[in-house]
Amino acid sequence: MLLLQLIIEFFKTGLFAIGGGLATIPFLYEMSYKYGWFSIETLTTMIAISESTPGAMGVNMATYVGTHLVGIVGGIITTLSLVAPSIIVICIIAKMLTKFKESKIVQGLFYGLRPAVVALIVVACSSIFITTFFKDGFTLSFAGIEWIHVGVFVVLYALYQWKKPHPILVIVATGILGVLFQL
Amino acid sequence: MKIYVDLFCTWFKIGLFTFGGGYAMLPLIEKEIIEKHHWATQDEVLDYYAIGQCTPGIIAVNTATFIGYYQKGILGGIVATLGVVSPSIVIITIIATLLPTFQDLPVVKHALSGISIGVCILMVTSILKLWKGSVKDKVGIFIFCLSLTIAFIFRTATVWVIILAGVCGLIFSNIKKLEEVDE
Repeated sequence: MLLLQLIIEFFKTGLFAIGGGLATIPFLYEMSYKYGWFSIETLTTMIAISESTPGAMGVNMATYVGTHLVGIVGGIITTLSLVAPSIIVICIIAKMLTKFKESKIVQGLFYGLRPAVVALIVVACSSIFITTFFKDGFTLSFAGIEWIHVGVFVVLYALYQWKKPHPILVIVATGILGVLFQL
Repeated sequence: MKIYVDLFCTWFKIGLFTFGGGYAMLPLIEKEIIEKHHWATQDEVLDYYAIGQCTPGIIAVNTATFIGYYQKGILGGIVATLGVVSPSIVIITIIATLLPTFQDLPVVKHALSGISIGVCILMVTSILKLWKGSVKDKVGIFIFCLSLTIAFIFRTATVWVIILAGVCGLIFSNIKKLEEVDE
């Protein structure tokens, strides 16, 4: 019974959470309130862990809730329920897109959409930038800036442009540097 | 068969090394999907992001489904999606059952702090590349600035940004066409 409810709730979340991982959080609050599956405190921990582990945040949270309530099988089932609507909807759109790719209307739409998506990516990254380079949020004061982080960024950015290693190497190397130098 | 293994492994790798949500996947998508496997062009990835932003579900999952679908139909979409969510399932299951205090461990905090610098390096590089490839004319710059402003002021208005940009794209591409006819 619990499994069935989980499947329905996460399918619903996957179907109605538009705009990525953060959009799933209100649905989780509702689950906590409606079913008492977890406390708000546990939810805060779940969000923190989902943010600090690799992968998409929404998927991480779905796995966490399932595992927390039913164990490993629960985690797999909630995750699959969350992604099922995406798979269905995107396969339908992908099929239509092949059909209408050459249409002037679709091309006009995407002509406008591409620069907008670049802007959305810049906005999404700005929050990563602020938490990385400022101690407590954006400020213009000298003391509020994480100068060591800025220094590491400048040196490694130059090195990255010069050597062009695989992005995975950058993630692994900066993780190790973080531990070694207590960044 | 090999294409399914490739799809799964590539998306598994992307899921495993993405820190900070769907957009932070971009550098890995560029390297693995665009440069290495030639499964999509930069423009196509932006189109999938735009569609993923205003359709249900998590952007990372939607993008994986798109790429998989265009390689091998519905089954390809499912395999790519399972690839991108599998690292989450494994990692979160381990943490949820064994280490609920994971995000408070000093070593994790330092590693994540380092990785966030790495993510910034990769994202700056990717954004500059996107800018060169996708903001090609005055209309592009206009839509970029407009979207950036709206998205910065209203953080939750991403769907509206997409709709507005699509409309702008339609209008300006028609004006451009009329001008070409005049000439």
